[in-house]
Amino acid sequence: MADTIDRTALQQFLLRMGDNTLILGHRVSEWCGHAPVLEEDIALANTALDLIGQTQLWLDYAAEVEGAGRSADDLAFLRDVWDFRNVLLVELPNGDFGQTLMRQFLYDAWASIMLGRLQKSADERVREIAEKAAKENAYHVERSADTVVGLGDGTEESHTRMQAALDYLYPYVGELFESDATDAAMVEAGVAPDPAGLREDYDALVGRVMADATLRLPEKAYVHRGGRSGTMHTEHLGHLLCTMQWLQRAYPGCRW
Amino acid sequence: MYAQMVKSTGKGVKTREEMSEDERAFQDKIDADTKIEPRDWMPEEYRKTLVRQIGQHAHSEIVGQLPEGNWITRAPTLERKMILLAKVQDEAGHGLYLYAAAETLGVSRDEMTEDLLSGKMKYSSIFNYPTLTWADMGAVGWLVDGAAIMNQVPLQRTSYGPYSRAMIRICKEESFHQRQGYDIMMKMAQGSPEQKRMAQDALNRFWYPSLMMFGPSDADSVHSAQSMAWKIKINTNDELRQKFVDQTVPQAEYLGLSIPDPDLKWNAERGHYDFTEPDWQEFFDVIKGNGPCNTERLGDRTRAWEEGRWVREGLMAHANKRAARIAAE
Ligand SMILES: [Fe+2]
Ligand SMILES: [Fe+2]
Repeated sequence: MADTIDRTALQQFLLRMGDNTLILGHRVSEWCGHAPVLEEDIALANTALDLIGQTQLWLDYAAEVEGAGRSADDLAFLRDVWDFRNVLLVELPNGDFGQTLMRQFLYDAWASIMLGRLQKSADERVREIAEKAAKENAYHVERSADTVVGLGDGTEESHTRMQAALDYLYPYVGELFESDATDAAMVEAGVAPDPAGLREDYDALVGRVMADATLRLPEKAYVHRGGRSGTMHTEHLGHLLCTMQWLQRAYPGCRW
Repeated sequence: MYAQMVKSTGKGVKTREEMSEDERAFQDKIDADTKIEPRDWMPEEYRKTLVRQIGQHAHSEIVGQLPEGNWITRAPTLERKMILLAKVQDEAGHGLYLYAAAETLGVSRDEMTEDLLSGKMKYSSIFNYPTLTWADMGAVGWLVDGAAIMNQVPLQRTSYGPYSRAMIRICKEESFHQRQGYDIMMKMAQGSPEQKRMAQDALNRFWYPSLMMFGPSDADSVHSAQSMAWKIKINTNDELRQKFVDQTVPQAEYLGLSIPDPDLKWNAERGHYDFTEPDWQEFFDVIKGNGPCNTERLGDRTRAWEEGRWVREGLMAHANKRAARIAAE
Protein backbone atom coordinates (compact mmCIF):
# COMPACT_ATOMS: atom_id res chain seq x y z
CA MET A 1 0.00 0.00 0.00
CA ALA A 2 1.30 3.42 -0.90
CA ASP A 3 2.36 5.53 2.06
CA THR A 4 0.43 8.45 0.75
CA ILE A 5 -2.84 6.93 1.90
CA ASP A 6 -4.64 8.30 4.90
CA ARG A 7 -3.98 5.47 7.35
CA THR A 8 -6.71 6.54 9.75
CA ALA A 9 -9.23 6.34 6.94
CA LEU A 10 -7.91 2.96 5.81
CA GLN A 11 -8.11 1.64 9.35
CA GLN A 12 -11.68 2.92 9.66
CA PHE A 13 -12.62 1.24 6.41
CA LEU A 14 -11.12 -2.07 7.58
CA LEU A 15 -12.95 -1.79 10.89
CA ARG A 16 -16.20 -1.27 9.03
CA MET A 17 -15.62 -4.44 7.04
CA GLY A 18 -14.39 -6.49 10.00
CA ASP A 19 -16.96 -5.26 12.49
CA ASN A 20 -19.77 -6.13 10.08
CA THR A 21 -18.59 -9.71 9.83
CA LEU A 22 -17.74 -9.94 13.53
CA ILE A 23 -21.10 -8.76 14.79
CA LEU A 24 -23.14 -10.62 12.19
CA GLY A 25 -21.09 -13.78 12.76
CA HIS A 26 -21.72 -13.48 16.47
CA ARG A 27 -25.45 -13.03 15.97
CA VAL A 28 -25.66 -16.04 13.68
CA SER A 29 -23.67 -18.13 16.15
CA GLU A 30 -26.35 -17.46 18.78
CA TRP A 31 -28.54 -19.97 16.88
CA CYS A 32 -26.25 -22.89 17.57
CA GLY A 33 -28.30 -25.97 18.40
CA HIS A 34 -31.65 -24.20 18.09
CA ALA A 35 -32.43 -24.09 14.36
CA PRO A 36 -35.70 -25.42 12.91
CA VAL A 37 -33.98 -28.33 11.14
CA LEU A 38 -30.61 -29.99 11.49
CA GLU A 39 -29.47 -28.88 8.04
CA GLU A 40 -30.13 -25.27 9.03
CA ASP A 41 -28.12 -25.67 12.22
CA ILE A 42 -25.21 -26.85 10.15
CA ALA A 43 -25.62 -24.10 7.58
CA LEU A 44 -25.91 -21.36 10.22
CA ALA A 45 -22.81 -22.60 12.02
CA ASN A 46 -21.03 -22.66 8.70
CA THR A 47 -22.06 -19.09 7.91
CA ALA A 48 -20.96 -17.89 11.34
CA LEU A 49 -17.67 -19.71 10.93
CA ASP A 50 -16.97 -18.07 7.57
CA LEU A 51 -17.87 -14.64 8.92
CA ILE A 52 -15.62 -14.97 11.96
CA GLY A 53 -12.85 -16.20 9.68
CA GLN A 54 -13.27 -13.11 7.52
CA THR A 55 -13.26 -10.98 10.67
CA GLN A 56 -9.87 -12.34 11.61
CA LEU A 57 -8.48 -11.21 8.25
CA TRP A 58 -10.06 -7.74 8.26
CA LEU A 59 -9.22 -6.98 11.88
CA ASP A 60 -5.68 -8.34 11.60
CA TYR A 61 -5.12 -5.86 8.83
CA ALA A 62 -6.91 -3.08 10.70
CA ALA A 63 -4.66 -3.67 13.71
CA GLU A 64 -1.60 -3.69 11.51
CA VAL A 65 -2.55 -0.42 9.84
CA GLU A 66 -3.27 1.09 13.23
CA GLY A 67 0.25 0.17 14.29
CA ALA A 68 -0.46 0.47 18.01
CA GLY A 69 0.54 -3.07 18.85
CA ARG A 70 -3.05 -4.29 19.17
CA SER A 71 -4.18 -7.64 17.76
CA ALA A 72 -7.40 -8.60 15.99
CA ASP A 73 -8.54 -10.13 19.29
CA ASP A 74 -7.83 -6.87 21.13
CA LEU A 75 -9.98 -5.06 18.62
CA ALA A 76 -12.80 -7.58 18.88
CA PHE A 77 -12.81 -8.08 22.62
CA LEU A 78 -11.55 -4.85 24.14
CA ARG A 79 -13.30 -2.01 22.33
CA ASP A 80 -16.48 -0.49 23.64
CA VAL A 81 -19.62 0.29 21.65
CA TRP A 82 -18.55 3.72 20.39
CA ASP A 83 -15.49 2.29 18.66
CA PHE A 84 -17.44 -0.28 16.66
CA ARG A 85 -18.01 0.57 13.00
CA ASN A 86 -20.51 -2.06 11.85
CA VAL A 87 -23.80 -1.04 10.26
CA LEU A 88 -26.80 -1.17 12.57
CA LEU A 89 -28.41 -3.90 10.45
CA VAL A 90 -26.02 -6.61 11.67
CA GLU A 91 -26.37 -5.85 15.37
CA LEU A 92 -30.16 -6.16 15.38
CA PRO A 93 -31.45 -9.14 17.33
CA ASN A 94 -32.05 -12.47 15.60
CA GLY A 95 -35.81 -12.50 16.09
CA ASP A 96 -37.33 -15.62 14.58
CA PHE A 97 -35.59 -17.74 11.97
CA GLY A 98 -37.23 -15.71 9.22
CA GLN A 99 -35.87 -12.43 10.55
CA THR A 100 -32.40 -13.94 10.88
CA LEU A 101 -32.41 -15.19 7.31
CA MET A 102 -33.87 -11.94 5.96
CA ARG A 103 -31.12 -9.96 7.72
CA GLN A 104 -28.60 -12.43 6.34
CA PHE A 105 -29.86 -12.01 2.79
CA LEU A 106 -29.95 -8.20 3.00
CA TYR A 107 -26.34 -8.30 4.18
CA ASP A 108 -25.16 -11.08 1.82
CA ALA A 109 -26.59 -9.26 -1.18
CA TRP A 110 -24.62 -6.14 -0.26
CA ALA A 111 -21.47 -8.16 0.50
CA SER A 112 -21.66 -9.98 -2.81
CA ILE A 113 -21.50 -6.67 -4.67
CA MET A 114 -19.01 -5.01 -2.33
CA LEU A 115 -16.61 -7.97 -2.34
CA GLY A 116 -16.83 -8.15 -6.11
CA ARG A 117 -15.65 -4.54 -6.35
CA LEU A 118 -12.98 -4.99 -3.68
CA GLN A 119 -11.36 -7.70 -5.76
CA LYS A 120 -10.24 -4.84 -7.97
CA SER A 121 -8.85 -2.82 -5.07
CA ALA A 122 -5.51 -1.06 -5.42
CA ASP A 123 -4.59 -2.53 -2.05
CA GLU A 124 -3.24 -6.05 -2.41
CA ARG A 125 -4.26 -7.21 1.08
CA VAL A 126 -7.80 -5.96 0.55
CA ARG A 127 -7.89 -7.77 -2.77
CA GLU A 128 -6.77 -11.03 -1.19
CA ILE A 129 -9.25 -10.87 1.65
CA ALA A 130 -12.07 -9.97 -0.73
CA GLU A 131 -11.21 -12.86 -2.99
CA LYS A 132 -11.43 -15.39 -0.20
CA ALA A 133 -14.54 -13.81 1.32
CA ALA A 134 -16.28 -13.58 -2.05
CA LYS A 135 -16.04 -17.33 -2.53
CA GLU A 136 -17.70 -17.93 0.83
CA ASN A 137 -20.23 -15.20 0.26
CA ALA A 138 -21.32 -16.65 -3.08
CA TYR A 139 -22.55 -19.68 -1.20
CA HIS A 140 -24.12 -17.61 1.59
CA VAL A 141 -26.09 -15.35 -0.71
CA GLU A 142 -27.39 -18.24 -2.76
CA ARG A 143 -28.57 -19.98 0.37
CA SER A 144 -30.09 -16.98 2.11
CA ALA A 145 -31.84 -15.90 -1.11
CA ASP A 146 -33.28 -19.40 -1.57
CA THR A 147 -34.53 -19.46 1.99
CA VAL A 148 -36.11 -16.00 1.71
CA VAL A 149 -37.86 -17.12 -1.48
CA GLY A 150 -38.92 -20.44 0.04
CA LEU A 151 -40.40 -18.86 3.13
CA GLY A 152 -41.82 -15.80 1.38
CA ASP A 153 -43.57 -17.99 -1.16
CA GLY A 154 -44.40 -20.75 1.33
CA THR A 155 -47.45 -20.86 3.58
CA GLU A 156 -49.56 -17.91 4.59
CA GLU A 157 -47.87 -17.86 7.97
CA SER A 158 -44.35 -17.99 6.58
CA HIS A 159 -45.22 -15.26 4.08
CA THR A 160 -46.62 -12.99 6.81
CA ARG A 161 -43.56 -13.52 8.99
CA MET A 162 -41.15 -12.81 6.15
CA GLN A 163 -42.99 -9.65 5.16
CA ALA A 164 -42.84 -8.49 8.79
CA ALA A 165 -39.11 -9.22 8.87
CA LEU A 166 -38.54 -7.24 5.70
CA ASP A 167 -40.62 -4.31 6.96
CA TYR A 168 -38.64 -4.26 10.20
CA LEU A 169 -35.20 -4.59 8.63
CA TYR A 170 -35.47 -2.54 5.49
CA PRO A 171 -35.02 0.85 7.19
CA TYR A 172 -31.55 -0.39 8.22
CA VAL A 173 -30.50 -1.15 4.65
CA GLY A 174 -29.91 2.46 3.59
CA GLU A 175 -26.91 2.85 5.89
CA LEU A 176 -24.96 0.37 3.75
CA PHE A 177 -24.90 2.96 0.96
CA GLU A 178 -24.04 6.11 2.87
CA SER A 179 -20.80 7.83 1.91
CA ASP A 180 -18.60 10.04 4.10
CA ALA A 181 -15.05 11.40 4.19
CA THR A 182 -13.60 7.97 4.94
CA ASP A 183 -15.24 6.55 1.84
CA ALA A 184 -14.06 9.50 -0.22
CA ALA A 185 -10.49 8.80 0.92
CA MET A 186 -10.87 5.12 -0.01
CA VAL A 187 -12.22 5.99 -3.45
CA GLU A 188 -9.38 8.46 -3.95
CA ALA A 189 -6.79 5.83 -3.05
CA GLY A 190 -8.49 3.22 -5.22
CA VAL A 191 -8.96 0.96 -2.19
CA ALA A 192 -12.74 0.69 -2.15
CA PRO A 193 -15.72 1.86 -4.19
CA ASP A 194 -18.10 4.61 -3.19
CA PRO A 195 -20.85 2.80 -1.25
CA ALA A 196 -23.53 4.85 -2.99
CA GLY A 197 -22.38 3.33 -6.26
CA LEU A 198 -23.42 -0.16 -5.17
CA ARG A 199 -27.06 0.74 -4.74
CA GLU A 200 -28.24 0.12 -8.26
CA ASP A 201 -26.90 -3.44 -8.43
CA TYR A 202 -28.19 -4.07 -4.93
CA ASP A 203 -31.69 -2.89 -5.73
CA ALA A 204 -31.75 -5.06 -8.83
CA LEU A 205 -30.67 -8.17 -6.93
CA VAL A 206 -32.91 -7.59 -3.93
CA GLY A 207 -35.82 -6.66 -6.15
CA ARG A 208 -35.50 -9.90 -8.09
CA VAL A 209 -35.36 -12.06 -4.98
CA MET A 210 -38.25 -10.27 -3.27
CA ALA A 211 -40.37 -10.66 -6.39
CA ASP A 212 -39.70 -14.42 -6.38
CA ALA A 213 -40.47 -14.43 -2.69
CA THR A 214 -43.77 -12.59 -3.35
CA LEU A 215 -42.67 -9.97 -0.81
CA ARG A 216 -43.23 -6.24 -1.12
CA LEU A 217 -40.31 -3.86 -0.58
CA PRO A 218 -41.33 -0.97 1.66
CA GLU A 219 -41.52 2.28 -0.27
CA LYS A 220 -39.53 5.27 0.90
CA ALA A 221 -38.17 3.47 3.93
CA TYR A 222 -36.64 5.67 6.58
CA VAL A 223 -32.87 5.27 6.95
CA HIS A 224 -31.52 4.47 10.40
CA ARG A 225 -27.85 5.34 10.60
CA GLY A 226 -25.05 5.76 13.10
CA GLY A 227 -23.32 2.36 13.10
CA ARG A 228 -20.64 2.69 10.45
CA SER A 229 -19.80 6.19 11.66
CA GLY A 230 -19.93 5.04 15.29
CA THR A 231 -22.00 8.05 16.32
CA MET A 232 -25.04 6.12 17.52
CA HIS A 233 -25.41 2.35 17.73
CA THR A 234 -28.60 0.61 18.84
CA GLU A 235 -29.03 -0.48 22.45
CA HIS A 236 -28.56 -4.06 21.29
CA LEU A 237 -24.84 -3.82 20.62
CA GLY A 238 -23.91 -3.19 24.24
CA HIS A 239 -25.62 -6.38 25.34
CA LEU A 240 -23.97 -8.36 22.59
CA LEU A 241 -20.56 -7.06 23.71
CA CYS A 242 -21.34 -7.91 27.34
CA THR A 243 -21.59 -11.53 26.31
CA MET A 244 -18.89 -11.63 23.68
CA GLN A 245 -16.24 -9.76 25.65
CA TRP A 246 -16.98 -11.09 29.10
CA LEU A 247 -14.10 -13.51 29.55
CA GLN A 248 -11.48 -11.13 28.21
CA ARG A 249 -12.81 -8.36 30.44
CA ALA A 250 -13.21 -10.46 33.59
CA TYR A 251 -9.80 -12.13 33.29
CA PRO A 252 -7.61 -9.61 31.49
CA GLY A 253 -4.25 -10.52 30.06
CA CYS A 254 -4.75 -14.28 30.01
CA ARG A 255 -3.84 -16.64 27.21
CA TRP A 256 -6.71 -18.85 26.12
CA MET B 1 -20.41 -43.87 25.16
CA TYR B 2 -23.33 -42.12 23.55
CA ALA B 3 -25.61 -45.16 23.68
CA GLN B 4 -26.11 -46.31 27.25
CA MET B 5 -28.20 -49.25 28.32
CA VAL B 6 -29.68 -50.12 24.96
CA LYS B 7 -32.20 -52.93 25.38
CA SER B 8 -32.10 -55.83 22.96
CA THR B 9 -34.43 -58.84 22.93
CA GLY B 10 -34.51 -59.25 26.66
CA LYS B 11 -33.89 -62.95 26.06
CA GLY B 12 -30.56 -64.66 25.99
CA VAL B 13 -28.53 -65.39 22.90
CA LYS B 14 -30.02 -68.27 20.93
CA THR B 15 -27.98 -71.38 20.38
CA ARG B 16 -27.49 -72.49 16.77
CA GLU B 17 -30.05 -75.22 17.30
CA GLU B 18 -32.66 -72.68 18.44
CA MET B 19 -32.09 -70.49 15.39
CA SER B 20 -34.19 -70.61 12.25
CA GLU B 21 -32.41 -71.14 8.96
CA ASP B 22 -32.48 -67.40 8.22
CA GLU B 23 -31.12 -66.61 11.63
CA ARG B 24 -28.31 -69.09 11.23
CA ALA B 25 -27.32 -67.69 7.85
CA PHE B 26 -27.46 -64.19 9.33
CA GLN B 27 -25.26 -65.14 12.27
CA ASP B 28 -22.80 -66.84 9.91
CA LYS B 29 -22.44 -63.63 7.95
CA ILE B 30 -21.77 -61.69 11.13
CA ASP B 31 -19.25 -64.22 12.35
CA ALA B 32 -17.49 -63.99 8.99
CA ASP B 33 -17.38 -60.17 9.36
CA THR B 34 -19.58 -59.65 6.32
CA LYS B 35 -21.47 -56.37 6.70
CA ILE B 36 -25.24 -56.47 6.90
CA GLU B 37 -26.78 -54.02 4.42
CA PRO B 38 -30.24 -52.40 4.53
CA ARG B 39 -31.78 -54.75 1.94
CA ASP B 40 -30.46 -57.91 3.61
CA TRP B 41 -32.67 -60.08 5.74
CA MET B 42 -32.23 -59.38 9.45
CA PRO B 43 -33.99 -60.50 12.62
CA GLU B 44 -36.61 -57.99 13.69
CA GLU B 45 -34.91 -57.63 17.08
CA TYR B 46 -31.59 -56.82 15.44
CA ARG B 47 -33.32 -54.04 13.53
CA LYS B 48 -35.12 -52.71 16.60
CA THR B 49 -32.03 -52.80 18.78
CA LEU B 50 -30.04 -50.96 16.14
CA VAL B 51 -32.72 -48.29 15.74
CA ARG B 52 -32.61 -47.71 19.49
CA GLN B 53 -28.84 -47.63 19.60
CA ILE B 54 -28.19 -45.51 16.51
CA GLY B 55 -31.12 -43.24 17.40
CA GLN B 56 -29.80 -42.71 20.91
CA HIS B 57 -26.39 -41.98 19.50
CA ALA B 58 -27.82 -39.50 16.98
CA HIS B 59 -29.87 -37.74 19.67
CA SER B 60 -26.74 -37.47 21.81
CA GLU B 61 -24.91 -35.67 19.01
CA ILE B 62 -27.80 -33.24 18.67
CA VAL B 63 -28.41 -32.55 22.35
CA GLY B 64 -24.64 -32.55 22.74
CA GLN B 65 -24.51 -29.31 20.76
CA LEU B 66 -26.16 -27.48 23.62
CA PRO B 67 -23.62 -27.58 26.46
CA GLU B 68 -20.92 -26.39 24.09
CA GLY B 69 -23.20 -24.02 22.24
CA ASN B 70 -23.60 -22.43 25.65
CA TRP B 71 -20.06 -20.99 25.28
CA ILE B 72 -19.85 -20.11 21.60
CA THR B 73 -21.02 -16.56 22.23
CA ARG B 74 -18.54 -16.20 25.10
CA ALA B 75 -15.48 -17.79 23.48
CA PRO B 76 -12.45 -15.72 24.51
CA THR B 77 -10.71 -15.29 21.15
CA LEU B 78 -11.71 -15.31 17.49
CA GLU B 79 -9.74 -18.49 16.95
CA ARG B 80 -11.36 -20.28 19.89
CA LYS B 81 -14.74 -19.19 18.66
CA MET B 82 -14.04 -20.66 15.23
CA ILE B 83 -12.73 -23.93 16.63
CA LEU B 84 -15.76 -24.31 18.87
CA LEU B 85 -18.19 -23.41 16.09
CA ALA B 86 -16.53 -25.93 13.81
CA LYS B 87 -16.72 -28.56 16.51
CA VAL B 88 -20.38 -28.03 17.25
CA GLN B 89 -21.05 -28.02 13.52
CA ASP B 90 -19.27 -31.38 13.29
CA GLU B 91 -21.53 -32.76 16.03
CA ALA B 92 -24.62 -31.69 14.10
CA GLY B 93 -23.09 -33.42 11.07
CA HIS B 94 -22.60 -36.59 13.13
CA GLY B 95 -26.26 -36.42 14.06
CA LEU B 96 -27.10 -36.17 10.38
CA TYR B 97 -25.01 -39.22 9.37
CA LEU B 98 -26.46 -41.26 12.20
CA TYR B 99 -30.08 -40.33 11.51
CA ALA B 100 -29.43 -41.27 7.90
CA ALA B 101 -28.03 -44.63 9.04
CA ALA B 102 -31.07 -45.21 11.26
CA GLU B 103 -33.41 -44.24 8.41
CA THR B 104 -32.09 -47.18 6.38
CA LEU B 105 -33.79 -49.33 9.03
CA GLY B 106 -37.20 -47.89 8.20
CA VAL B 107 -37.69 -45.15 10.77
CA SER B 108 -37.74 -41.47 9.81
CA ARG B 109 -35.76 -38.68 11.40
CA ASP B 110 -38.97 -36.86 12.28
CA GLU B 111 -40.32 -39.93 14.09
CA MET B 112 -37.11 -40.28 16.06
CA THR B 113 -37.18 -36.57 16.91
CA GLU B 114 -40.72 -36.86 18.22
CA ASP B 115 -39.63 -39.85 20.32
CA LEU B 116 -36.73 -37.85 21.74
CA LEU B 117 -38.96 -34.95 22.67
CA SER B 118 -41.62 -37.17 24.23
CA GLY B 119 -38.93 -38.83 26.34
CA LYS B 120 -39.46 -42.22 24.70
CA MET B 121 -35.93 -42.23 23.31
CA LYS B 122 -32.91 -41.21 25.37
CA TYR B 123 -29.63 -39.42 24.83
CA SER B 124 -26.38 -39.72 26.74
CA SER B 125 -26.57 -38.73 30.40
CA ILE B 126 -23.42 -36.60 30.06
CA PHE B 127 -25.20 -33.79 28.26
CA ASN B 128 -27.41 -33.13 31.26
CA TYR B 129 -24.50 -31.60 33.12
CA PRO B 130 -23.92 -27.85 32.94
CA THR B 131 -20.95 -26.11 31.34
CA LEU B 132 -20.02 -23.40 33.82
CA THR B 133 -16.64 -22.02 32.82
CA TRP B 134 -14.53 -21.83 29.69
CA ALA B 135 -12.44 -24.73 31.01
CA ASP B 136 -15.52 -26.89 30.56
CA MET B 137 -14.99 -26.56 26.80
CA GLY B 138 -11.63 -28.15 27.40
CA ALA B 139 -12.97 -30.82 29.71
CA VAL B 140 -15.81 -31.74 27.35
CA GLY B 141 -13.46 -32.17 24.38
CA TRP B 142 -10.86 -34.01 26.38
CA LEU B 143 -13.10 -36.26 28.48
CA VAL B 144 -16.46 -36.46 26.74
CA ASP B 145 -15.17 -36.74 23.20
CA GLY B 146 -12.40 -38.92 24.61
CA ALA B 147 -14.92 -41.33 26.12
CA ALA B 148 -16.99 -41.25 22.95
CA ILE B 149 -13.94 -42.23 20.89
CA MET B 150 -13.23 -45.13 23.23
CA ASN B 151 -16.62 -46.50 22.34
CA GLN B 152 -16.79 -45.49 18.71
CA VAL B 153 -13.44 -46.73 17.47
CA PRO B 154 -14.45 -50.39 17.94
CA LEU B 155 -17.90 -49.63 16.48
CA GLN B 156 -16.21 -48.87 13.15
CA ARG B 157 -16.18 -52.68 12.86
CA THR B 158 -19.84 -53.07 13.77
CA SER B 159 -21.88 -55.50 11.69
CA TYR B 160 -24.39 -53.06 10.22
CA GLY B 161 -22.85 -51.46 7.11
CA PRO B 162 -24.39 -47.97 7.26
CA TYR B 163 -23.63 -47.68 11.00
CA SER B 164 -20.06 -48.83 10.53
CA ARG B 165 -19.49 -46.34 7.71
CA ALA B 166 -20.99 -43.50 9.74
CA MET B 167 -18.66 -44.41 12.60
CA ILE B 168 -15.60 -44.31 10.35
CA ARG B 169 -16.41 -40.77 9.24
CA ILE B 170 -17.26 -39.67 12.77
CA CYS B 171 -14.17 -41.09 14.46
CA LYS B 172 -11.83 -39.01 12.33
CA GLU B 173 -13.47 -35.83 13.55
CA GLU B 174 -13.78 -36.94 17.16
CA SER B 175 -10.05 -37.30 17.58
CA PHE B 176 -9.65 -33.69 16.45
CA HIS B 177 -12.18 -32.66 19.04
CA GLN B 178 -10.35 -34.45 21.77
CA ARG B 179 -7.04 -32.86 20.86
CA GLN B 180 -8.60 -29.42 20.73
CA GLY B 181 -10.19 -29.98 24.13
CA TYR B 182 -6.91 -31.08 25.59
CA ASP B 183 -5.25 -28.02 24.13
CA ILE B 184 -7.74 -25.77 25.93
CA MET B 185 -7.06 -27.63 29.18
CA MET B 186 -3.34 -27.17 28.64
CA LYS B 187 -3.69 -23.43 28.19
CA MET B 188 -5.87 -23.20 31.27
CA ALA B 189 -3.67 -25.43 33.40
CA GLN B 190 -0.62 -23.36 32.48
CA GLY B 191 -2.46 -20.07 32.82
CA SER B 192 -3.31 -17.68 35.62
CA PRO B 193 -4.35 -18.97 39.06
CA GLU B 194 -7.99 -18.40 38.11
CA GLN B 195 -7.57 -20.35 34.89
CA LYS B 196 -5.95 -23.23 36.81
CA ARG B 197 -8.83 -23.16 39.22
CA MET B 198 -11.31 -23.35 36.33
CA ALA B 199 -9.40 -26.31 34.85
CA GLN B 200 -9.36 -28.27 38.10
CA ASP B 201 -13.00 -27.43 38.78
CA ALA B 202 -13.98 -28.65 35.32
CA LEU B 203 -12.17 -31.94 35.86
CA ASN B 204 -13.80 -32.31 39.27
CA ARG B 205 -17.27 -31.89 37.81
CA PHE B 206 -16.80 -33.92 34.61
CA TRP B 207 -14.78 -36.88 35.87
CA TYR B 208 -17.52 -39.09 37.25
CA PRO B 209 -20.14 -38.13 34.67
CA SER B 210 -17.58 -39.12 32.02
CA LEU B 211 -17.14 -42.53 33.65
CA MET B 212 -20.92 -42.89 33.60
CA MET B 213 -20.93 -42.44 29.84
CA PHE B 214 -20.00 -46.10 29.43
CA GLY B 215 -23.09 -47.20 31.33
CA PRO B 216 -23.32 -49.46 34.38
CA SER B 217 -21.49 -52.75 34.44
CA ASP B 218 -23.04 -55.04 31.84
CA ALA B 219 -20.84 -58.05 32.23
CA ASP B 220 -23.88 -60.17 33.09
CA SER B 221 -26.44 -58.39 30.94
CA VAL B 222 -28.47 -60.43 28.45
CA HIS B 223 -28.88 -57.32 26.30
CA SER B 224 -25.16 -56.96 26.02
CA ALA B 225 -24.57 -60.62 25.27
CA GLN B 226 -27.00 -60.49 22.35
CA SER B 227 -25.62 -57.18 21.08
CA MET B 228 -22.11 -58.56 21.25
CA ALA B 229 -23.12 -61.70 19.36
CA TRP B 230 -24.57 -59.41 16.69
CA LYS B 231 -21.45 -57.21 16.77
CA ILE B 232 -23.36 -54.05 17.43
CA LYS B 233 -21.52 -53.88 20.70
CA ILE B 234 -17.87 -54.84 20.69
CA ASN B 235 -16.63 -54.43 24.27
CA THR B 236 -18.28 -54.53 27.68
CA ASN B 237 -18.90 -51.26 29.45
CA ASP B 238 -16.36 -52.11 32.14
CA GLU B 239 -13.64 -52.84 29.60
CA LEU B 240 -14.14 -49.50 27.93
CA ARG B 241 -14.33 -47.61 31.22
CA GLN B 242 -11.07 -49.17 32.39
CA LYS B 243 -9.41 -48.29 29.11
CA PHE B 244 -10.61 -44.73 29.44
CA VAL B 245 -9.29 -44.39 32.99
CA ASP B 246 -5.95 -45.89 32.00
CA GLN B 247 -5.61 -43.48 29.13
CA THR B 248 -6.79 -40.39 30.98
CA VAL B 249 -4.87 -40.56 34.25
CA PRO B 250 -1.45 -39.87 32.70
CA GLN B 251 -2.97 -37.06 30.65
CA ALA B 252 -4.29 -35.41 33.81
CA GLU B 253 -0.88 -35.82 35.43
CA TYR B 254 0.75 -34.15 32.46
CA LEU B 255 -1.63 -31.22 32.91
CA GLY B 256 -0.77 -31.03 36.60
CA LEU B 257 -4.40 -31.62 37.53
CA SER B 258 -5.65 -34.14 40.05
CA ILE B 259 -8.37 -36.69 39.37
CA PRO B 260 -11.03 -36.29 42.08
CA ASP B 261 -10.66 -39.85 43.33
CA PRO B 262 -8.56 -40.42 46.48
CA ASP B 263 -8.55 -44.17 45.85
CA LEU B 264 -7.19 -43.97 42.35
CA LYS B 265 -3.94 -45.91 42.12
CA TRP B 266 -1.91 -48.01 39.74
CA ASN B 267 -2.38 -51.72 40.23
CA ALA B 268 0.77 -53.36 38.93
CA GLU B 269 -0.71 -56.83 39.22
CA ARG B 270 -3.66 -56.02 37.00
CA GLY B 271 -1.70 -53.64 34.83
CA HIS B 272 -4.53 -51.12 35.24
CA TYR B 273 -5.56 -48.28 37.49
CA ASP B 274 -7.94 -49.07 40.33
CA PHE B 275 -10.56 -46.39 40.62
CA THR B 276 -13.81 -45.51 42.38
CA GLU B 277 -17.00 -46.31 40.51
CA PRO B 278 -19.29 -43.37 39.86
CA ASP B 279 -22.43 -42.95 41.93
CA TRP B 280 -24.84 -45.13 39.94
CA GLN B 281 -27.83 -43.76 41.81
CA GLU B 282 -26.97 -40.36 40.40
CA PHE B 283 -26.71 -41.92 36.94
CA PHE B 284 -30.20 -43.45 37.20
CA ASP B 285 -31.55 -40.13 38.46
CA VAL B 286 -30.12 -38.34 35.44
CA ILE B 287 -31.46 -40.99 33.06
CA LYS B 288 -34.89 -40.61 34.64
CA GLY B 289 -34.86 -36.90 33.91
CA ASN B 290 -33.55 -35.50 37.17
CA GLY B 291 -30.10 -34.40 36.06
CA PRO B 292 -29.07 -30.79 36.57
CA CYS B 293 -29.95 -29.79 32.98
CA ASN B 294 -32.47 -32.34 31.68
CA THR B 295 -35.29 -29.80 31.73
CA GLU B 296 -33.23 -27.16 29.94
CA ARG B 297 -31.83 -29.51 27.31
CA LEU B 298 -35.12 -31.10 26.34
CA GLY B 299 -36.83 -27.73 26.67
CA ASP B 300 -34.37 -26.18 24.21
CA ARG B 301 -34.85 -28.98 21.72
CA THR B 302 -38.63 -28.87 22.07
CA ARG B 303 -38.70 -25.12 21.57
CA ALA B 304 -36.46 -25.37 18.51
CA TRP B 305 -38.77 -28.01 17.06
CA GLU B 306 -42.03 -26.17 17.87
CA GLU B 307 -40.81 -22.73 16.84
CA GLY B 308 -39.32 -24.18 13.69
CA ARG B 309 -42.58 -25.76 12.56
CA TRP B 310 -43.64 -22.78 10.44
CA VAL B 311 -40.25 -22.81 8.74
CA ARG B 312 -40.42 -26.49 7.88
CA GLU B 313 -44.00 -26.12 6.68
CA GLY B 314 -43.18 -23.00 4.69
CA LEU B 315 -40.24 -24.57 2.88
CA MET B 316 -42.26 -27.71 2.22
CA ALA B 317 -45.17 -25.70 0.80
CA HIS B 318 -42.78 -23.81 -1.45
CA ALA B 319 -41.16 -27.00 -2.71
CA ASN B 320 -44.62 -28.38 -3.54
CA LYS B 321 -45.64 -25.20 -5.35
CA ARG B 322 -42.47 -25.30 -7.40
CA ALA B 323 -42.92 -28.93 -8.29
CA ALA B 324 -46.50 -28.18 -9.36
CA ARG B 325 -45.37 -25.23 -11.48
CA ILE B 326 -42.72 -27.33 -13.19
CA ALA B 327 -45.23 -30.13 -13.81
CA ALA B 328 -47.68 -27.61 -15.35
CA GLU B 329 -45.09 -26.32 -17.82
FE1 LIG C 1 -19.77 -36.36 17.68
FE1 LIG D 1 -17.13 -34.67 19.09
